[in-house]
Amino acid sequence: MDLRGMASRVEAGMQLALPVDYAGVSMAMTRALIDHGAGDLDLFCVPTGGLQVDQLVGAGLVRSVETSAVSLGEAGGAPRFNQAVGEGRIALRDATCPAIHAGLMAAQKGNPFQPLRGIIGSDILRFRPDWRVIDNPFADGGDPIVLIPAVRPDIALFHAPMADRQGNVWIGRRRELAAMAYAAEQTLVTVERIVDENLLGSEMSAAGTLPALYVSEIAVAPRGAWPYGLWGEYPTDTAEILRYAKAARTAEGFAEYMAGLPGNRSRELAR
Amino acid sequence: MTDVHPREVLIASIARLLDGVRHVAVGASSPIPAAGAMLLRALKKRAGAPPVRISILGSVEHNFFTNGSAELFDCAGQGRVDAFFLGGGQIDGQANINLVGIGDYPASAPRWPGSFGSAYLYFVVPRVILFREEHSPRVFVEKVDFISAPGTSEAGVHRTGGPVALLTGKALFSFDKSRPGFTLESLHPGHDLNEVREATGFAFRHADQPGQTELPDPATLVLLRGQIMDELSETYPEFANQMRREVCA
Repeated sequence: MDLRGMASRVEAGMQLALPVDYAGVSMAMTRALIDHGAGDLDLFCVPTGGLQVDQLVGAGLVRSVETSAVSLGEAGGAPRFNQAVGEGRIALRDATCPAIHAGLMAAQKGNPFQPLRGIIGSDILRFRPDWRVIDNPFADGGDPIVLIPAVRPDIALFHAPMADRQGNVWIGRRRELAAMAYAAEQTLVTVERIVDENLLGSEMSAAGTLPALYVSEIAVAPRGAWPYGLWGEYPTDTAEILRYAKAARTAEGFAEYMAGLPGNRSRELAR
Repeated sequence: MTDVHPREVLIASIARLLDGVRHVAVGASSPIPAAGAMLLRALKKRAGAPPVRISILGSVEHNFFTNGSAELFDCAGQGRVDAFFLGGGQIDGQANINLVGIGDYPASAPRWPGSFGSAYLYFVVPRVILFREEHSPRVFVEKVDFISAPGTSEAGVHRTGGPVALLTGKALFSFDKSRPGFTLESLHPGHDLNEVREATGFAFRHADQPGQTELPDPATLVLLRGQIMDELSETYPEFANQMRREVCA
C-alpha cells in the first residue's frame, strides 16, 4: 500500500483519531491527506494534538477538533488552529486527557460509556452536553460522577517503527496506539520498515505488538514522523517545527511552507 | 559562592513544598518544578530517608510508565501520585485555573493550548502546587474566563486532591480551601508587599510585615549547582545551560 492509496480510505465527514506528538504521529500521511482532499473531518486527539492537527486545519479539511490541548510544544501555540478557533471556523470539543482515554476504553470494551472522576465544576463539562453526570449507583446517595460516552473513530492513524509481513505492528509501550486501534473502525499505520521476523514469534516482541487483527493497512514511510521524532528511532527536529511555527503565523506563510515540503521525502513501498 | 539566583529560590521552595512525597509527577515543559523535585530526591538520599520517585511526563529516561499516556491518570486516580504542578494563563483567588484562553469561549482569543489533564489531576492528586513565574494582574485575576479545573468542589463531590500552595516569581502563598482563598506566606528577596498587591488581581490574606522566603543554605546550593543541574540537563538542556551561565555571571 502506498500513502496515496492509504489516504483514499479517508472520506469526507469521517472521524480520525490521531496520537500525541511523542507517541508516533504519521506526518507522512498529513501531506497525503491534504493532497487527497477529503474534508469536513472530525479530529479526535489522543489525548492532545500538534503539528498534524494544525496542518489539517490550515488546509481547510477540518470541521471539528476534540482534544485536551493543541500546541507545538516548545515552538508555542498552534497558529492555524488558534486562528481558526478565534474566527469560529471549527467546532471545538474541549476535553481533558483521561476523558479522551475513557471514551476509547469504553469502545474497546464494547461498553456505552466509562465513568470518570474529576471534571465536575469545570467549564469543560459545561460545554460538553454529550457528557452526563449521574449519582454513583453503588453509593448510599449522592456521589456524582461523570460518564464519558464511547468513542468509535472511523479511522485511527499513526506511525510506528516496524511491521512484519503478517501485518503485525510493533508499538512498544505506546499503549495509546493500541487503544486507538481497538476503538476504531479502521486502523492505518505507516512504519519505518517491514521486518522478516514474525513479531508474535517471541514473547519479548509480542508484548509490544499490535496484532494484525486490528490493523487495516500498512504503508512504509521512512522518517514518517518527521519533523516529530519517533521513540527509539530518531529525535524531534525542533528547528523544523520552529520554522513551521514562524511560517504558519499567516495563511500565506502556511501555504508557502506546505508547498515547499519535500514531496518525495517518504519512499513509498508496496506492503 | 555567588548570590542566590531568583530561580534557585524557586527551586529550593519547591523542594520544601514537596517534603514528604513518595512520588511526584512533573510536566515535560516544567524545568523548575523538575529541578525542585530532583533537589528533594538528592537531599532525601543524602539524609538516608525513603526514596523520592519522579516521573517526568514525555521523557523516556525519567518515565517508568509502560501503559501509554493513560497510565499517569490511572496511577493518580488510585492515589499513587502524591504531588503534581499546575499553572495556567489565568489563576483566580479561588484557585480556579484557566488553560484554555481569554474571552468568550469557544471563540477564545488568544486561545491557549487547552486543559490537558488538569480537570482530573486537580481532583485526585493530594498536593497540587500551582506554579507560575510571571506574577502579574493579567495572570492573577479576580475570576478566570474559563474554568479548566476548579480550585474547590462542593461537599459530596469526590475530591482527594487540590491546591495547597501557589509559587510565583515574587512570592509564596498557601491555599485554604475552607474559605476559600490564598494567604501570602513569604516574599522572595527583592520584592515587597505593595508590589505583590499591585501585581495580584485578587485579594489575599497577609501579615502586616510578611517574612522573606527561606533561601537555600550553602550545602544545598552546592548540590543544586552541581548534581542537580547535571541531572536536569538530561531532560532540559537549554534551561540547565541558561542557569549555569547566569549563576556564573
